[in-house]
Amino acid sequence: MATEVMTESATTVNDASPEEHDVPGVTGPEDLVEDELLVEEVSIDGMCGVY
Amino acid sequence: MSMTRPPEAVTVPLRPPVAAQPPTATRSLVEEFAEGLDAPICLTWELTYACNLSCVHCLSSSGRRDPRELSTEECFAVIDELERLQVFYVNIGGGEPMLRPDFFQILEYAAAHHVGVKFSTNGTFIDAAAARRLAAMDYLDIQISIDGADPDVNDAVRGEGSFAAARAAMDHLRDAGFGPFKISLVVTRHNVGQLDGFKAIADEYGAQLRVTRLRPSGRGADTWHELHPTQAQQRELYHWLMGRPDVLTGDSFFHLSALGDPLPGLNLCGAGRVVCLIDPVGDVYACPFVIHDEFLAGNIRDTGGFTRVWRESELFASLREPDSEGACVSCGSYDACQGGCMASKFFVGLELTDPDPECVLGHAEPLLAAIAADTATGRRADPPRPGADHSRPGVPVPSPVTLRPTRRSRG
Amino acid sequence: MTSARDAPSVVPAVARGAVYRLAQNVSLRPERFGALAYSFDTRKLSFLKHPDLVSVVSSFDGIATVGEVFDTVGVDPRRHASFLSALATLETSEMICHVDDPAP
Repeated sequence: MATEVMTESATTVNDASPEEHDVPGVTGPEDLVEDELLVEEVSIDGMCGVY
Repeated sequence: MSMTRPPEAVTVPLRPPVAAQPPTATRSLVEEFAEGLDAPICLTWELTYACNLSCVHCLSSSGRRDPRELSTEECFAVIDELERLQVFYVNIGGGEPMLRPDFFQILEYAAAHHVGVKFSTNGTFIDAAAARRLAAMDYLDIQISIDGADPDVNDAVRGEGSFAAARAAMDHLRDAGFGPFKISLVVTRHNVGQLDGFKAIADEYGAQLRVTRLRPSGRGADTWHELHPTQAQQRELYHWLMGRPDVLTGDSFFHLSALGDPLPGLNLCGAGRVVCLIDPVGDVYACPFVIHDEFLAGNIRDTGGFTRVWRESELFASLREPDSEGACVSCGSYDACQGGCMASKFFVGLELTDPDPECVLGHAEPLLAAIAADTATGRRADPPRPGADHSRPGVPVPSPVTLRPTRRSRG
Repeated sequence: MTSARDAPSVVPAVARGAVYRLAQNVSLRPERFGALAYSFDTRKLSFLKHPDLVSVVSSFDGIATVGEVFDTVGVDPRRHASFLSALATLETSEMICHVDDPAP
């Protein structure tokens, strides 16, 4: 399971630099660009607890 | 009428927003939702406990109107709050919601205030005129409840004449040009063999079929052991659903996802996280299947209204914490089934950390057997009783359809 | 510049020079992780997983092009391809609409 990105710098993609993501186990924008799916569709009927 | 909100009108959360975190491929929708959102996505709103039927398994034990029901003005205020929170839609139910004299006013108010409505009904009061009125409304879904594909199976649960009343409602909606509506059923031991029959009825009207799970809630507590599908029937149901992605489930069968590939949906208990219940007297529960003090989060008549209950109640805060103990969390199937349904466990006398009573791996069997045998296991031998019983006194369960609205005390 | 062809998508990505607006009867609700978008017309619910994507969609005014909005919002160029794919998904689910004759 990939590690989650929690660093403050990661939230601001404009000033993220490659060096900030050299920490082992931390994914950076380069990794995200390849296979991130930014829109997910969910059925409004697909929430358990509404009959 | 446009439902679009200009960006400036977007609601700002009441508490300081958490710094936006970019997602990773593995931080899924389920992970986000499990922590709870600042507002529900949708919710169930039971408008009244009054009902003209007395279904055997009624999750809200409905029948008699509660004199403390929210007034029309209070209902409008709830809708105003839901609009501010951008709750996308409400499932209006009951009891029988069409028994509220202000039923159409409430629907129209919701539509005018950016809240979509689906209402769940037994259909008795959808005559030709009502169908035409409903067909003229926008942002409206209708869900008609049946529990059998023929009068015999259906009426055994819902009362004599109830199948005919539901079919008449469907005919009126079709004749009025309402468009697609939903037909919803609760799966029982006696109707699971009729799934194709239900689908055929839905196809006849161009309606969407919705197949949902029986919980031992409300009057269902008394008959769950006899009515709930067997393990073999659950497997049959799972495979039937997997072959029919166009059939809705309301994500109510996520415990079956441990059988193989997950069913479509979030496969997550949404109670107190993305959905909840507002009941006819303004009580807010985690979901409509747990109408009991244990799952009561607050009341919309209290200071801060619904928003405060949703965001600050202790109950919802505890539901939004990750599960940290119990047999389920260490089971290999936990990712698939999320430990099952709180309501199902609670009302059969299991602990919330126990397996779901219908766990497809059979993990609840020894516990259920012990409860049935009334042995000292440290479990509750007497399962919790549902919250207040609103059943009409002296009226058999089920009872034949009556068209007369139940009398209510005025003032 | 990453080509739209390289984006992992099942629908063709939108063009940078195209103009879009939020569809009628869509409610866009910001969340800590991005936003939820619900269409009252189609009953579809979409989960937008990046705050910048939300800013982009919120900025569509039927006049500025996709590329111009990317620049205004300051979308990292390395994300452009995945954003173009995301917008294509939103177009397919009728959350955003292509504007054929944008105002000058």
